[in-house]
Amino acid sequence: MHESSSPGTLGSAAISLRGVSRIFDGGVEAVRAMDLDVAAGEFVALIGPSGCGKSTLLRIIAGLDRATCGTVAIAPAAPLAFVFQDAHLLPWRNVLRNVTLPLELAGMEKTRRIERAMTAIEQVGLADAIKRYPAQLSGGMRMRVSLARALVTDPGLLLLDEPFAALDEITRQQLDEQLRELWARRKMTVLFVTHSINEATFLADRAIVFTRRPARIVIDHRLDLPPKRMSVLRAEPTFARQTGILLEALQRGNT
Amino acid sequence: MRRLLNGILPPVIVLIATIIIAEVLIRALGIAEYLLPRPTAVFKVFHEQYPDLLRSLWTTAEAALIGFGCSAVFGLLIALFLSTSRLVQRAFYPYTVFFQTVPVVAIAPLLVIWFDAGLKAVAICAFIVSVFPVIANSLAGLLSTEPALRDMFRLYGAGWWATMWKLKLPSALPNIVTGLRIAAGLAVIGTIVGEFVAGVLDVNPGLGIKVIEAKKYGQTDVVFAAVLTASLLGLLMLAAVNFLGWLLLRRWHASEQG
Ligand SMILES: Nc1ncnc2c1ncn2[C@@H]1O[C@H](COP(=O)(O)OP(=O)(O)OP(=O)(O)O)[C@@H](O)[C@H]1O
Ligand SMILES: [Mg+2]
Repeated sequence: MHESSSPGTLGSAAISLRGVSRIFDGGVEAVRAMDLDVAAGEFVALIGPSGCGKSTLLRIIAGLDRATCGTVAIAPAAPLAFVFQDAHLLPWRNVLRNVTLPLELAGMEKTRRIERAMTAIEQVGLADAIKRYPAQLSGGMRMRVSLARALVTDPGLLLLDEPFAALDEITRQQLDEQLRELWARRKMTVLFVTHSINEATFLADRAIVFTRRPARIVIDHRLDLPPKRMSVLRAEPTFARQTGILLEALQRGNT
Repeated sequence: MRRLLNGILPPVIVLIATIIIAEVLIRALGIAEYLLPRPTAVFKVFHEQYPDLLRSLWTTAEAALIGFGCSAVFGLLIALFLSTSRLVQRAFYPYTVFFQTVPVVAIAPLLVIWFDAGLKAVAICAFIVSVFPVIANSLAGLLSTEPALRDMFRLYGAGWWATMWKLKLPSALPNIVTGLRIAAGLAVIGTIVGEFVAGVLDVNPGLGIKVIEAKKYGQTDVVFAAVLTASLLGLLMLAAVNFLGWLLLRRWHASEQG
Protein backbone atom coordinates (compact mmCIF):
# COMPACT_ATOMS: atom_id res chain seq x y z
CA MET A 1 0.00 0.00 0.00
CA HIS A 2 2.45 2.62 1.15
CA GLU A 3 5.71 0.77 0.91
CA SER A 4 5.45 -2.20 -1.35
CA SER A 5 8.40 -4.44 -1.80
CA SER A 6 8.94 -6.40 -4.97
CA PRO A 7 5.76 -8.23 -5.96
CA GLY A 8 5.61 -11.85 -4.99
CA THR A 9 6.92 -11.42 -1.45
CA LEU A 10 3.38 -10.87 -0.22
CA GLY A 11 1.77 -14.06 -1.53
CA SER A 12 -1.62 -14.54 0.10
CA ALA A 13 -0.57 -12.65 3.24
CA ALA A 14 -2.22 -9.39 4.29
CA ILE A 15 0.97 -8.14 5.92
CA SER A 16 4.50 -9.22 5.36
CA LEU A 17 7.50 -7.79 7.23
CA ARG A 18 11.04 -8.76 6.39
CA GLY A 19 13.96 -7.72 8.54
CA VAL A 20 12.18 -4.61 9.78
CA SER A 21 14.18 -2.47 12.21
CA ARG A 22 13.48 0.95 13.58
CA ILE A 23 16.19 3.05 15.16
CA PHE A 24 15.11 6.54 16.20
CA ASP A 25 17.31 9.61 15.92
CA GLY A 26 19.33 9.52 19.09
CA GLY A 27 19.92 5.80 18.83
CA VAL A 28 16.90 4.25 20.55
CA GLU A 29 16.31 0.94 18.83
CA ALA A 30 12.61 0.10 19.07
CA VAL A 31 12.26 -2.83 16.67
CA ARG A 32 15.00 -5.23 15.57
CA ALA A 33 15.07 -7.45 12.49
CA MET A 34 11.38 -8.33 12.63
CA ASP A 35 9.98 -10.97 10.30
CA LEU A 36 6.23 -11.28 10.45
CA ASP A 37 3.54 -12.62 8.14
CA VAL A 38 -0.13 -12.19 8.82
CA ALA A 39 -2.64 -14.03 6.65
CA ALA A 40 -5.73 -12.25 5.38
CA GLY A 41 -8.59 -12.56 7.85
CA GLU A 42 -6.42 -13.43 10.84
CA PHE A 43 -6.94 -11.95 14.30
CA VAL A 44 -3.50 -11.43 15.81
CA ALA A 45 -2.70 -10.09 19.26
CA LEU A 46 0.63 -8.43 19.97
CA ILE A 47 1.83 -8.52 23.58
CA GLY A 48 4.98 -7.10 25.08
CA PRO A 49 6.36 -5.08 27.97
CA SER A 50 5.71 -1.36 28.08
CA GLY A 51 8.02 0.61 25.83
CA CYS A 52 9.19 -2.43 23.87
CA GLY A 53 8.21 -1.05 20.47
CA LYS A 54 4.66 -2.30 19.84
CA SER A 55 3.23 1.09 18.92
CA THR A 56 6.23 1.75 16.72
CA LEU A 57 5.65 -1.50 14.87
CA LEU A 58 1.98 -0.71 14.39
CA ARG A 59 2.77 2.78 13.14
CA ILE A 60 5.23 1.34 10.64
CA ILE A 61 2.59 -1.07 9.35
CA ALA A 62 0.10 1.82 9.09
CA GLY A 63 2.61 3.91 7.16
CA LEU A 64 2.73 6.58 9.86
CA ASP A 65 6.40 5.83 10.51
CA ARG A 66 9.15 4.38 8.31
CA ALA A 67 11.30 1.37 9.02
CA THR A 68 14.99 2.20 9.24
CA CYS A 69 15.65 -0.95 7.24
CA GLY A 70 13.73 -3.95 6.00
CA THR A 71 10.64 -4.20 3.83
CA VAL A 72 6.99 -3.75 4.69
CA ALA A 73 4.35 -5.12 2.33
CA ILE A 74 0.64 -4.59 2.87
CA ALA A 75 -2.02 -6.15 0.63
CA PRO A 76 -3.17 -3.29 -1.60
CA ALA A 77 -6.79 -4.42 -1.50
CA ALA A 78 -7.12 -3.60 2.16
CA PRO A 79 -8.19 -0.12 3.21
CA LEU A 80 -6.56 0.39 6.55
CA ALA A 81 -8.02 1.71 9.80
CA PHE A 82 -6.27 2.59 13.04
CA VAL A 83 -7.69 2.80 16.55
CA PHE A 84 -5.41 4.80 18.83
CA GLN A 85 -4.76 4.23 22.50
CA ASP A 86 -7.00 7.20 23.36
CA ALA A 87 -10.21 7.74 21.45
CA HIS A 88 -8.89 10.90 19.72
CA LEU A 89 -12.24 12.20 18.58
CA LEU A 90 -12.74 15.68 17.20
CA PRO A 91 -14.34 17.48 20.16
CA TRP A 92 -16.19 19.95 17.94
CA ARG A 93 -18.05 17.22 16.10
CA ASN A 94 -20.88 15.13 17.46
CA VAL A 95 -20.78 11.34 17.42
CA LEU A 96 -22.34 11.02 13.99
CA ARG A 97 -20.04 13.56 12.39
CA ASN A 98 -16.99 12.01 14.03
CA VAL A 99 -17.87 8.69 12.48
CA THR A 100 -18.59 10.13 9.05
CA LEU A 101 -15.21 11.91 9.01
CA PRO A 102 -13.16 9.23 7.18
CA LEU A 103 -15.85 8.96 4.49
CA GLU A 104 -16.02 12.73 4.22
CA LEU A 105 -12.26 12.87 3.70
CA ALA A 106 -12.59 10.18 1.05
CA GLY A 107 -15.12 12.38 -0.72
CA MET A 108 -18.17 10.17 -0.29
CA GLU A 109 -21.53 11.78 -0.94
CA LYS A 110 -23.45 12.94 2.14
CA THR A 111 -26.52 10.72 2.33
CA ARG A 112 -24.43 7.63 1.68
CA ARG A 113 -21.88 8.42 4.31
CA ILE A 114 -24.54 9.10 6.92
CA GLU A 115 -26.14 5.78 6.09
CA ARG A 116 -22.82 3.97 6.44
CA ALA A 117 -21.99 5.79 9.66
CA MET A 118 -25.34 4.89 11.19
CA THR A 119 -24.66 1.23 10.48
CA ALA A 120 -21.25 1.43 12.15
CA ILE A 121 -22.66 3.31 15.13
CA GLU A 122 -25.38 0.71 15.59
CA GLN A 123 -22.76 -2.01 15.53
CA VAL A 124 -21.03 -0.52 18.54
CA GLY A 125 -24.35 0.11 20.28
CA LEU A 126 -24.44 3.90 20.31
CA ALA A 127 -27.45 4.58 18.10
CA ASP A 128 -29.15 6.77 20.70
CA ALA A 129 -26.11 8.99 21.26
CA ILE A 130 -25.41 10.21 17.71
CA LYS A 131 -26.13 13.87 18.51
CA ARG A 132 -23.91 13.99 21.56
CA TYR A 133 -20.50 15.61 21.69
CA PRO A 134 -17.39 13.76 22.93
CA ALA A 135 -17.32 15.87 26.10
CA GLN A 136 -20.72 14.40 26.98
CA LEU A 137 -19.64 10.77 26.63
CA SER A 138 -18.02 8.36 29.04
CA GLY A 139 -14.57 6.97 28.26
CA GLY A 140 -16.07 3.67 27.13
CA MET A 141 -18.54 5.39 24.83
CA ARG A 142 -15.77 7.50 23.33
CA MET A 143 -13.77 4.37 22.62
CA ARG A 144 -16.82 2.87 20.92
CA VAL A 145 -17.13 5.94 18.72
CA SER A 146 -13.46 5.57 17.86
CA LEU A 147 -14.09 1.95 16.95
CA ALA A 148 -17.10 2.90 14.82
CA ARG A 149 -15.00 5.52 13.05
CA ALA A 150 -12.46 2.82 12.20
CA LEU A 151 -15.13 0.36 11.04
CA VAL A 152 -17.03 2.82 8.89
CA THR A 153 -14.54 2.60 6.04
CA ASP A 154 -15.08 -1.17 5.94
CA PRO A 155 -11.37 -1.79 6.51
CA GLY A 156 -9.65 -4.90 5.27
CA LEU A 157 -6.98 -4.32 7.89
CA LEU A 158 -7.75 -3.00 11.35
CA LEU A 159 -4.91 -1.94 13.64
CA LEU A 160 -5.70 -1.33 17.30
CA ASP A 161 -3.17 0.06 19.78
CA GLU A 162 -4.24 -0.83 23.32
CA PRO A 163 -7.69 0.53 22.56
CA PHE A 164 -9.43 -0.51 25.76
CA ALA A 165 -6.53 -0.19 28.20
CA ALA A 166 -8.00 2.74 30.10
CA LEU A 167 -11.41 1.16 30.63
CA ASP A 168 -12.81 -0.78 33.55
CA GLU A 169 -12.79 -4.58 33.39
CA ILE A 170 -16.50 -5.02 32.60
CA THR A 171 -16.62 -2.43 29.82
CA ARG A 172 -13.42 -3.83 28.43
CA GLN A 173 -14.76 -7.37 28.30
CA GLN A 174 -17.95 -6.11 26.65
CA LEU A 175 -15.98 -4.31 23.99
CA ASP A 176 -13.71 -7.33 23.52
CA GLU A 177 -16.73 -9.50 22.84
CA GLN A 178 -18.21 -6.96 20.45
CA LEU A 179 -14.93 -6.66 18.59
CA ARG A 180 -14.54 -10.39 18.25
CA GLU A 181 -18.10 -10.63 16.97
CA LEU A 182 -17.57 -7.83 14.46
CA TRP A 183 -14.44 -9.50 13.24
CA ALA A 184 -16.28 -12.80 12.77
CA ARG A 185 -19.01 -11.07 10.78
CA ARG A 186 -16.77 -9.02 8.50
CA LYS A 187 -13.80 -10.52 6.79
CA MET A 188 -10.96 -8.38 8.06
CA THR A 189 -7.45 -8.79 9.32
CA VAL A 190 -6.96 -7.50 12.85
CA LEU A 191 -3.77 -6.58 14.67
CA PHE A 192 -4.46 -5.88 18.31
CA VAL A 193 -1.80 -4.51 20.66
CA THR A 194 -2.43 -5.11 24.35
CA HIS A 195 -0.71 -5.41 27.72
CA SER A 196 -3.24 -7.90 28.91
CA ILE A 197 -2.60 -11.60 28.38
CA ASN A 198 -6.22 -12.32 29.21
CA GLU A 199 -7.48 -9.94 26.58
CA ALA A 200 -5.06 -11.30 23.98
CA THR A 201 -6.09 -14.87 24.68
CA PHE A 202 -9.78 -14.12 24.58
CA LEU A 203 -9.66 -12.10 21.37
CA ALA A 204 -7.11 -13.58 19.07
CA ASP A 205 -6.43 -16.71 17.07
CA ARG A 206 -2.76 -16.07 17.22
CA ALA A 207 -0.73 -14.26 19.85
CA ILE A 208 2.75 -12.88 19.35
CA VAL A 209 4.84 -12.09 22.42
CA PHE A 210 7.64 -9.55 22.17
CA THR A 211 10.81 -9.13 24.20
CA ARG A 212 11.85 -5.97 25.94
CA ARG A 213 13.09 -3.17 23.70
CA PRO A 214 14.17 -3.63 20.97
CA ALA A 215 11.14 -5.77 20.14
CA ARG A 216 11.85 -9.25 18.86
CA ILE A 217 9.48 -12.19 18.79
CA VAL A 218 9.64 -14.59 21.78
CA ILE A 219 6.84 -16.84 20.62
CA ASP A 220 4.33 -16.80 17.84
CA HIS A 221 1.56 -18.89 19.34
CA ARG A 222 -1.60 -20.20 17.71
CA LEU A 223 -4.23 -20.16 20.43
CA ASP A 224 -5.85 -23.52 20.89
CA LEU A 225 -9.38 -22.30 21.59
CA PRO A 226 -12.74 -22.61 19.85
CA PRO A 227 -13.41 -19.94 17.21
CA LYS A 228 -16.56 -18.76 18.94
CA ARG A 229 -15.63 -16.93 22.14
CA MET A 230 -18.11 -16.49 24.97
CA SER A 231 -17.37 -14.83 28.26
CA VAL A 232 -17.62 -18.18 30.10
CA LEU A 233 -14.51 -19.23 28.25
CA ARG A 234 -12.43 -17.06 30.52
CA ALA A 235 -13.10 -19.38 33.44
CA GLU A 236 -12.23 -22.61 31.66
CA PRO A 237 -9.01 -24.57 32.20
CA THR A 238 -8.18 -24.56 28.48
CA PHE A 239 -8.17 -20.76 28.65
CA ALA A 240 -5.87 -20.78 31.67
CA ARG A 241 -3.51 -23.14 29.87
CA GLN A 242 -3.21 -20.69 26.96
CA THR A 243 -2.64 -17.67 29.18
CA GLY A 244 -0.02 -19.71 31.04
CA ILE A 245 1.95 -20.25 27.84
CA LEU A 246 1.85 -16.55 27.01
CA LEU A 247 2.75 -15.47 30.52
CA GLU A 248 5.74 -17.77 30.56
CA ALA A 249 6.90 -16.38 27.22
CA LEU A 250 6.43 -12.81 28.41
CA GLN A 251 8.57 -13.51 31.47
CA ARG A 252 11.19 -15.21 29.34
CA GLY A 253 11.36 -12.21 27.00
CA ASN A 254 11.61 -9.79 29.86
CA THR A 255 14.76 -11.20 31.42
CA MET B 1 -31.17 33.41 32.93
CA ARG B 2 -30.11 32.63 36.46
CA ARG B 3 -26.51 32.18 35.34
CA LEU B 4 -26.72 35.48 33.48
CA LEU B 5 -27.96 37.20 36.62
CA ASN B 6 -25.22 35.59 38.68
CA GLY B 7 -22.71 36.92 36.18
CA ILE B 8 -24.04 40.46 36.01
CA LEU B 9 -25.14 41.15 39.54
CA PRO B 10 -21.80 41.14 41.40
CA PRO B 11 -20.01 43.66 39.13
CA VAL B 12 -23.09 45.91 39.09
CA ILE B 13 -23.14 45.99 42.87
CA VAL B 14 -19.43 46.84 42.94
CA LEU B 15 -20.05 49.63 40.41
CA ILE B 16 -22.89 51.22 42.38
CA ALA B 17 -20.95 50.98 45.63
CA THR B 18 -17.89 52.60 44.04
CA ILE B 19 -19.98 55.46 42.67
CA ILE B 20 -21.62 56.15 46.02
CA ILE B 21 -18.33 56.01 47.91
CA ALA B 22 -16.64 58.32 45.37
CA GLU B 23 -19.49 60.82 45.60
CA VAL B 24 -19.41 60.86 49.38
CA LEU B 25 -15.61 61.07 49.60
CA ILE B 26 -15.25 63.85 47.03
CA ARG B 27 -17.93 65.91 48.77
CA ALA B 28 -16.51 65.26 52.23
CA LEU B 29 -12.93 66.11 51.23
CA GLY B 30 -14.02 69.07 49.17
CA ILE B 31 -11.93 68.18 46.12
CA ALA B 32 -12.09 70.80 43.38
CA GLU B 33 -14.33 70.11 40.38
CA TYR B 34 -11.53 70.58 37.81
CA LEU B 35 -9.36 68.00 39.57
CA LEU B 36 -11.87 65.26 40.18
CA PRO B 37 -15.52 65.74 39.31
CA ARG B 38 -18.20 64.14 41.44
CA PRO B 39 -20.00 61.19 39.83
CA THR B 40 -23.21 63.25 39.80
CA ALA B 41 -21.43 65.96 37.81
CA VAL B 42 -20.35 63.38 35.28
CA PHE B 43 -23.92 62.06 35.13
CA LYS B 44 -25.06 65.57 34.40
CA VAL B 45 -22.71 65.71 31.42
CA PHE B 46 -24.10 62.43 30.19
CA HIS B 47 -27.61 63.74 30.63
CA GLU B 48 -27.09 67.08 28.93
CA GLN B 49 -24.64 66.19 26.21
CA TYR B 50 -25.60 62.69 25.26
CA PRO B 51 -26.35 63.52 21.59
CA ASP B 52 -22.82 64.92 21.25
CA LEU B 53 -21.32 62.00 23.12
CA LEU B 54 -23.22 59.51 21.00
CA ARG B 55 -21.95 61.14 17.83
CA SER B 56 -18.40 60.99 19.17
CA LEU B 57 -18.94 57.42 20.25
CA TRP B 58 -20.03 56.52 16.74
CA THR B 59 -16.99 58.18 15.15
CA THR B 60 -14.67 56.31 17.49
CA ALA B 61 -16.58 53.05 17.18
CA GLU B 62 -16.34 53.18 13.41
CA ALA B 63 -12.55 53.47 13.49
CA ALA B 64 -12.21 50.90 16.26
CA LEU B 65 -14.42 48.39 14.44
CA ILE B 66 -12.59 48.83 11.15
CA GLY B 67 -9.24 48.45 12.95
CA PHE B 68 -10.45 45.42 14.86
CA GLY B 69 -11.98 43.85 11.77
CA CYS B 70 -8.70 44.26 9.89
CA SER B 71 -6.83 42.76 12.84
CA ALA B 72 -9.14 39.76 12.88
CA VAL B 73 -8.92 39.13 9.14
CA PHE B 74 -5.27 39.97 8.51
CA GLY B 75 -4.09 38.60 11.86
CA LEU B 76 -5.65 35.24 11.05
CA LEU B 77 -4.37 35.27 7.47
CA ILE B 78 -0.86 36.12 8.64
CA ALA B 79 -1.03 33.33 11.22
CA LEU B 80 -2.22 30.88 8.55
CA PHE B 81 0.64 31.93 6.34
CA LEU B 82 3.18 31.57 9.15
CA SER B 83 1.83 28.14 10.08
CA THR B 84 2.55 26.72 6.62
CA SER B 85 6.18 25.94 7.34
CA ARG B 86 8.95 26.24 9.89
CA LEU B 87 11.07 28.16 7.42
CA VAL B 88 8.37 30.72 6.67
CA GLN B 89 7.82 31.11 10.37
CA ARG B 90 11.49 31.66 11.12
CA ALA B 91 11.79 34.14 8.28
CA PHE B 92 8.73 36.27 8.97
CA TYR B 93 7.64 35.90 12.58
CA PRO B 94 10.25 38.35 13.98
CA TYR B 95 8.80 41.07 11.76
CA THR B 96 5.26 40.59 13.02
CA VAL B 97 6.58 41.44 16.46
CA PHE B 98 7.10 44.90 14.96
CA PHE B 99 3.36 45.49 15.42
CA GLN B 100 3.78 44.79 19.10
CA THR B 101 6.77 47.06 19.64
CA VAL B 102 6.18 50.05 17.38
CA PRO B 103 5.07 53.07 19.43
CA VAL B 104 1.83 53.99 17.73
CA VAL B 105 2.00 57.61 18.90
CA ALA B 106 5.26 57.94 17.02
CA ILE B 107 4.03 56.33 13.84
CA ALA B 108 0.70 58.20 13.73
CA PRO B 109 2.24 61.41 12.30
CA LEU B 110 3.59 59.31 9.44
CA LEU B 111 0.12 57.95 8.84
CA VAL B 112 -1.17 61.51 8.72
CA ILE B 113 1.44 62.36 6.09
CA TRP B 114 0.45 59.34 4.02
CA PHE B 115 -3.31 59.24 4.47
CA ASP B 116 -4.24 62.65 5.92
CA ALA B 117 -5.81 62.97 9.32
CA GLY B 118 -9.13 61.18 9.71
CA LEU B 119 -10.82 57.83 9.79
CA LYS B 120 -8.29 55.96 7.68
CA ALA B 121 -5.23 56.97 9.70
CA VAL B 122 -7.04 56.40 13.01
CA ALA B 123 -8.28 52.94 11.96
CA ILE B 124 -4.76 51.98 10.95
CA CYS B 125 -3.56 52.96 14.43
CA ALA B 126 -6.23 50.69 15.91
CA PHE B 127 -5.10 47.91 13.59
CA ILE B 128 -1.41 48.27 14.44
CA VAL B 129 -2.09 48.14 18.15
CA SER B 130 -4.47 45.18 18.05
CA VAL B 131 -3.17 42.82 15.36
CA PHE B 132 -0.29 41.15 17.16
CA PRO B 133 -2.30 39.26 19.80
CA VAL B 134 -4.43 37.81 16.99
CA ILE B 135 -1.35 36.65 15.11
CA ALA B 136 0.42 35.22 18.15
CA ASN B 137 -2.57 33.39 19.60
CA SER B 138 -3.85 32.05 16.28
CA LEU B 139 -0.40 30.82 15.36
CA ALA B 140 0.02 29.07 18.71
CA GLY B 141 -3.34 27.38 18.13
CA LEU B 142 -2.55 26.35 14.58
CA LEU B 143 0.76 24.84 15.62
CA SER B 144 -0.55 22.84 18.56
CA THR B 145 -2.86 20.46 16.73
CA GLU B 146 -2.74 17.11 18.44
CA PRO B 147 -0.21 14.84 16.65
CA ALA B 148 -2.47 11.78 16.86
CA LEU B 149 -5.28 13.66 15.14
CA ARG B 150 -2.87 14.77 12.44
CA ASP B 151 -1.82 11.12 12.02
CA MET B 152 -5.44 10.14 11.68
CA PHE B 153 -6.05 12.72 8.98
CA ARG B 154 -2.96 11.51 7.16
CA LEU B 155 -4.14 7.94 7.44
CA TYR B 156 -7.44 8.81 5.83
CA GLY B 157 -5.70 10.63 3.01
CA ALA B 158 -6.77 14.16 3.93
CA GLY B 159 -5.18 16.83 1.75
CA TRP B 160 -3.72 20.15 2.89
CA TRP B 161 -6.99 22.00 2.53
CA ALA B 162 -9.11 19.41 4.36
CA THR B 163 -6.56 19.20 7.17
CA MET B 164 -6.57 22.97 7.55
CA TRP B 165 -10.32 23.40 7.33
CA LYS B 166 -11.50 20.36 9.27
CA LEU B 167 -8.69 19.94 11.79
CA LYS B 168 -6.23 22.76 12.33
CA LEU B 169 -8.59 25.69 12.17
CA PRO B 170 -11.27 24.26 14.46
CA SER B 171 -8.72 23.06 17.01
CA ALA B 172 -7.13 26.54 16.97
CA LEU B 173 -10.50 28.21 17.53
CA PRO B 174 -10.17 28.63 21.32
CA ASN B 175 -6.82 30.38 20.82
CA ILE B 176 -8.19 32.53 18.02
CA VAL B 177 -11.05 33.67 20.24
CA THR B 178 -8.56 34.52 22.99
CA GLY B 179 -6.58 36.61 20.50
CA LEU B 180 -9.72 38.44 19.39
CA ARG B 181 -10.70 39.08 22.99
CA ILE B 182 -7.40 40.85 23.67
CA ALA B 183 -7.58 42.67 20.34
CA ALA B 184 -11.08 44.06 21.04
CA GLY B 185 -9.89 46.10 24.02
CA LEU B 186 -6.64 47.12 22.34
CA ALA B 187 -8.47 48.34 19.21
CA VAL B 188 -10.33 50.95 21.28
CA ILE B 189 -7.13 52.06 22.99
CA GLY B 190 -5.41 52.29 19.60
CA THR B 191 -8.27 54.36 18.25
CA ILE B 192 -8.19 56.89 21.10
CA VAL B 193 -4.41 57.26 20.84
CA GLY B 194 -4.75 57.53 17.06
CA GLU B 195 -7.31 60.28 17.44
CA PHE B 196 -4.99 62.29 19.68
CA VAL B 197 -2.58 62.55 16.77
CA ALA B 198 -4.53 61.84 13.64
CA GLY B 199 -8.13 62.70 14.55
CA VAL B 200 -9.95 65.69 13.10
CA LEU B 201 -12.06 68.23 14.95
CA ASP B 202 -15.21 68.42 12.85
CA VAL B 203 -18.90 68.16 13.69
CA ASN B 204 -18.42 64.56 14.77
CA PRO B 205 -15.16 64.52 16.71
CA GLY B 206 -14.04 61.14 18.07
CA LEU B 207 -13.88 60.55 21.81
CA GLY B 208 -10.11 61.13 21.79
CA ILE B 209 -10.59 64.59 20.26
CA LYS B 210 -13.37 65.21 22.74
CA VAL B 211 -10.99 64.46 25.61
CA ILE B 212 -8.36 66.86 24.27
CA GLU B 213 -10.86 69.65 23.64
CA ALA B 214 -12.49 69.30 27.05
CA LYS B 215 -9.10 69.30 28.73
CA LYS B 216 -8.21 72.52 26.90
CA TYR B 217 -11.20 74.24 28.52
CA GLY B 218 -10.76 72.61 31.92
CA GLN B 219 -13.96 70.57 31.62
CA THR B 220 -12.77 67.62 33.63
CA ASP B 221 -16.30 66.27 33.93
CA VAL B 222 -16.54 66.06 30.13
CA VAL B 223 -13.14 64.32 30.03
CA PHE B 224 -14.50 61.75 32.44
CA ALA B 225 -17.68 61.29 30.45
CA ALA B 226 -15.68 60.75 27.24
CA VAL B 227 -13.28 58.32 28.91
CA LEU B 228 -16.15 56.35 30.38
CA THR B 229 -17.86 56.22 27.00
CA ALA B 230 -14.67 54.90 25.45
CA SER B 231 -14.40 52.16 28.10
CA LEU B 232 -18.02 51.32 27.45
CA LEU B 233 -17.18 50.87 23.78
CA GLY B 234 -14.31 48.53 24.67
CA LEU B 235 -16.63 46.59 26.94
CA LEU B 236 -19.28 46.24 24.26
CA MET B 237 -16.74 44.97 21.75
CA LEU B 238 -15.36 42.51 24.26
CA ALA B 239 -18.89 41.31 25.01
CA ALA B 240 -19.50 40.79 21.30
CA VAL B 241 -16.34 38.69 20.99
CA ASN B 242 -17.29 36.71 24.09
CA PHE B 243 -20.69 36.03 22.60
CA LEU B 244 -19.09 34.88 19.37
CA GLY B 245 -16.75 32.62 21.34
CA TRP B 246 -19.65 31.18 23.24
CA LEU B 247 -21.53 30.46 20.03
CA LEU B 248 -18.55 28.70 18.51
CA LEU B 249 -17.24 26.81 21.53
CA ARG B 250 -20.16 26.13 23.85
CA ARG B 251 -20.69 22.58 22.65
CA TRP B 252 -17.20 21.31 22.97
CA HIS B 253 -14.65 23.48 24.69
CA ALA B 254 -14.06 23.46 28.44
CA SER B 255 -13.69 27.26 28.52
CA GLU B 256 -17.37 27.69 27.65
CA GLN B 257 -18.83 24.89 29.73
CA GLY B 258 -19.89 24.53 33.34
N1 LIG C 1 9.52 9.45 17.97
C1 LIG C 1 10.36 8.81 18.81
N2 LIG C 1 11.62 9.25 18.98
C2 LIG C 1 12.48 8.61 19.80
N3 LIG C 1 12.17 7.53 20.52
C3 LIG C 1 10.93 7.03 20.40
C4 LIG C 1 9.95 7.65 19.55
N4 LIG C 1 8.80 6.95 19.63
C5 LIG C 1 9.04 5.95 20.50
N5 LIG C 1 10.31 5.99 20.96
C6 LIG C 1 10.94 5.04 21.87
O1 LIG C 1 10.83 3.77 21.31
C7 LIG C 1 10.53 2.80 22.30
C8 LIG C 1 9.30 2.03 21.91
O2 LIG C 1 8.18 2.90 21.94
P1 LIG C 1 6.72 2.36 21.64
O3 LIG C 1 5.82 3.52 21.76
O4 LIG C 1 6.72 1.62 20.37
O5 LIG C 1 6.51 1.36 22.86
P2 LIG C 1 5.22 0.46 23.20
O6 LIG C 1 5.64 -0.94 23.12
O7 LIG C 1 4.08 0.88 22.39
O8 LIG C 1 4.98 0.85 24.73
P3 LIG C 1 3.61 0.97 25.53
O9 LIG C 1 3.16 -0.41 25.74
O10 LIG C 1 4.01 1.61 26.81
O11 LIG C 1 2.68 1.80 24.71
C9 LIG C 1 10.39 3.55 23.61
O12 LIG C 1 11.58 3.40 24.33
C10 LIG C 1 10.22 4.98 23.19
O13 LIG C 1 10.81 5.84 24.13
MG1 LIG D 1 2.24 1.94 22.79
